Amino acid sequence: MLEQQFVNALSLGCIYALFALGFTLVFGVLGIINLGHGAVFMVGAYAALMTVIHLNLPLWVAIIAAMIAAGLAGAAIDALVLKPLRKRGAPHLIPMIATIGTAIILNNGAQAVFGAGTLRFPFGTVPEEALQIAGVKVTALDLGIIVLSFAMMAALLLVMRRTQFGRALRAIAESPKAARLLGINVERLFFVTSLAAAALGGLAGVLISLNSNAIFPLMGQDILLKGIAVIILGGMGDIRGAMLGGLFLGFAEVLSVAYIGSDMRDAVAFGLLFLILLLRPQGLFGKVVQRKA
Amino acid sequence: MLELAGVSKHFGGLQVLSEVDLCVPQGTIFGLIGPNGAGKTTVFNLITGLLAPNSGRMSFEGQDLLRQKPHQITRLGIARTFQNIRLFKEMTLLENVVVGTYRHMDYGLPGLLLGLPGFRAHEARARARALELLAWMKLDGKAHDLADNLSYGEQRRLELARALATEPRLLLLDEPVAGMNTGERAELMAEIQAIRARGYTILMIEHDMRFVMGLCEQIAVLNFGKVIACGGPDKIRSNAQVIEAYLGRDDEEHDVAPSAVVCANDGDAQ
Amino acid sequence: MDLQNFWDVYGNLVLTLGTNALLALSIWLTLACGMLAVANAAFMGIGAYTAALLTMKCGAPFALSLAAGIIMPALIAVIIGLPVIRLSGVYLAMATLAFGEVVRVFILNAESWTGGAMGLNGIPQYTQWWHVLLAVVLVLLALWRVRASKIGRAFDAIRGDETAASLMGVDVRTRKMQAFVAGAAIAGLAGALNAHLTFFISPGEFGFDKGVEILTMAILGGTGGLAGPILGAGIITVLPEALRGLADYRLMVNGVILVLIVLFLPQGIWDPARFKRWLVPKKAAHA
Repeated sequence: MLEQQFVNALSLGCIYALFALGFTLVFGVLGIINLGHGAVFMVGAYAALMTVIHLNLPLWVAIIAAMIAAGLAGAAIDALVLKPLRKRGAPHLIPMIATIGTAIILNNGAQAVFGAGTLRFPFGTVPEEALQIAGVKVTALDLGIIVLSFAMMAALLLVMRRTQFGRALRAIAESPKAARLLGINVERLFFVTSLAAAALGGLAGVLISLNSNAIFPLMGQDILLKGIAVIILGGMGDIRGAMLGGLFLGFAEVLSVAYIGSDMRDAVAFGLLFLILLLRPQGLFGKVVQRKA
Repeated sequence: MLELAGVSKHFGGLQVLSEVDLCVPQGTIFGLIGPNGAGKTTVFNLITGLLAPNSGRMSFEGQDLLRQKPHQITRLGIARTFQNIRLFKEMTLLENVVVGTYRHMDYGLPGLLLGLPGFRAHEARARARALELLAWMKLDGKAHDLADNLSYGEQRRLELARALATEPRLLLLDEPVAGMNTGERAELMAEIQAIRARGYTILMIEHDMRFVMGLCEQIAVLNFGKVIACGGPDKIRSNAQVIEAYLGRDDEEHDVAPSAVVCANDGDAQ
Repeated sequence: MDLQNFWDVYGNLVLTLGTNALLALSIWLTLACGMLAVANAAFMGIGAYTAALLTMKCGAPFALSLAAGIIMPALIAVIIGLPVIRLSGVYLAMATLAFGEVVRVFILNAESWTGGAMGLNGIPQYTQWWHVLLAVVLVLLALWRVRASKIGRAFDAIRGDETAASLMGVDVRTRKMQAFVAGAAIAGLAGALNAHLTFFISPGEFGFDKGVEILTMAILGGTGGLAGPILGAGIITVLPEALRGLADYRLMVNGVILVLIVLFLPQGIWDPARFKRWLVPKKAAHA
């Protein structure tokens, strides 16, 4: 029983981690709490669904389509909303409020187009095979989620640590002004970060909609609040922290459902978050990053 | 009046101040000088309670300054200006200065909500005092402009007026003439002397040697977090350690004599 | 259409506008101190449930329920304010957001009292139109007086530069706490009035979305004065009615408006400084 819970927690935690990665990337680099990240996540889920239903394409194509659609949405938000605010030098809470607006547009837009109801992938989209490993049933889906998530995380860490691009991003996170003086094209990197973060969010969106087989316009709002919990848990702007925090939340939720009761799932997440904010606002794993103007 | 004894401060492993002793007597203009990064602004931040020292004692008119919050220290009678001017930019000049009178406005919530005479009298007095201070700093003509629209020199004078509005007995000035031209400097020098003549004690950080030597009766020199000399201008001018601190051992790096160190700026190391 | 007809059709809308105005003013208080605290929806919920439960389970008179609906959120604000006020910027926003969720989940799970997700049904409709009007007028008057006093100036100073404010002798933490608690009390009042108006309350009404809506009202109207939040509340309340023709797309328009305001009218719609610029011809640029 415990081993089975472990697998469930791992795949759920992986999805939270993927979602939080994009979230934390935007906060670290752009310095913005992007409250539109949940909406972008929802866009990914619907894009995958449309690809499967209307284009009859296989799941792996749908996953790529989801990342592209979400990435484009993120890039559009950056170009149309966040960039003008950066140019004006608006204080950092203003972009956050703007992203609330983008979330309202996308969420209600989806509701207008697809209806408020829950949609599902057609039967047979999700592979039904399962492995038995030491008495634990691991579905192909679980395995896919876990492998794909860890691959993404590894790739992101590698990019951040080993490439010129990653070094430039870290320089910007430290101080955009100094990075600009070093000749880094800060604007372009902001744009690319928004795009990449949204693509990660879109991926998380497909994976969770496959996992729970439910797609609805406001699906992004629930995970948005959890994403906030995760990045605070992991330390805001901290990539490894987001991964650990995501996994941590996955385990905390699954175990509390198993041992306390399903009602308490959200209470555990937010109670935990609230406590951490009071006791250790820099996060469990992080330290406060003082961003220089 | 103000006494610091054995005050030390470090940020992580970086020792910024070590065993600083400072004694500012009542009624003087006291100068605190030293090369960039010597820890001068840190001294101000400690006195005003923005930072807490790691060790040492600080007192003002016999009252312990340790563990007092910034607003409590202001209420004891210490006011300051900032090296990188910190005005309330969205407020008018008059409002900026009226904020300074905050601690002297003594009315309760009922008086405020009902607009009782006590409330109105306090408000009127505060405005009158603020206008008086603005006139003193020659800013009364712009009382209703936004602070953001002032020139650099005007901003420094407004900050001074705002600090005076708290009715301090000790005034801390952090590089009061930085960014001013010669004419403005001379004017401000006269202004500071006038302020002292009214009974205020002044402790100031300044880079302009001519300004410091001409104005201060006593000077302390800070170098690498230590007070290396303290005394009258003449004594400081001839102190070998001070000259070395300013010239540096390596002449190529700092080839300026103390009297020529005019426009150096600490940057915004707050 | 005569007045009676108008009231029959739009009475509820007008009263909702009143409670929304109270909510917008409640968040204005914390914004005036430069704090982005988004727990107002939660405080509203605490006020609503406290008052409604007193009325329904204890048969308390309306005045007592209202008072409790104000005091309870204020007390809770004091308790959570002590640690939370220390946080700055986004950390404060996140902490208050998390607190809001904790409250919502708590109401959801305290089923035996609150009815859980099913909500509370059959709350007596005690709220009269003049209760709402009186509440708005009193709150407005009080805030208007506060704004013109040393407290209002202290708020402005804290918003402008906390450090400089503290060195002017302003006790920053105490003032922030007062703004936070007073904001909670006003939000609680709005909740208590609203509960006795709508017959029914449920935890969903006090969640993240309501919090965002309250914030939107204040930002949209402008936080530079008291007229802004009132105007914003009016627009957000009436807009869905006005946009009825757009059917499914009307909520989307809310988002579009929010984005446009942030992009093009950073100070909100009601911006006295901008009006002044329009009226007074441009002066020569400063030196």
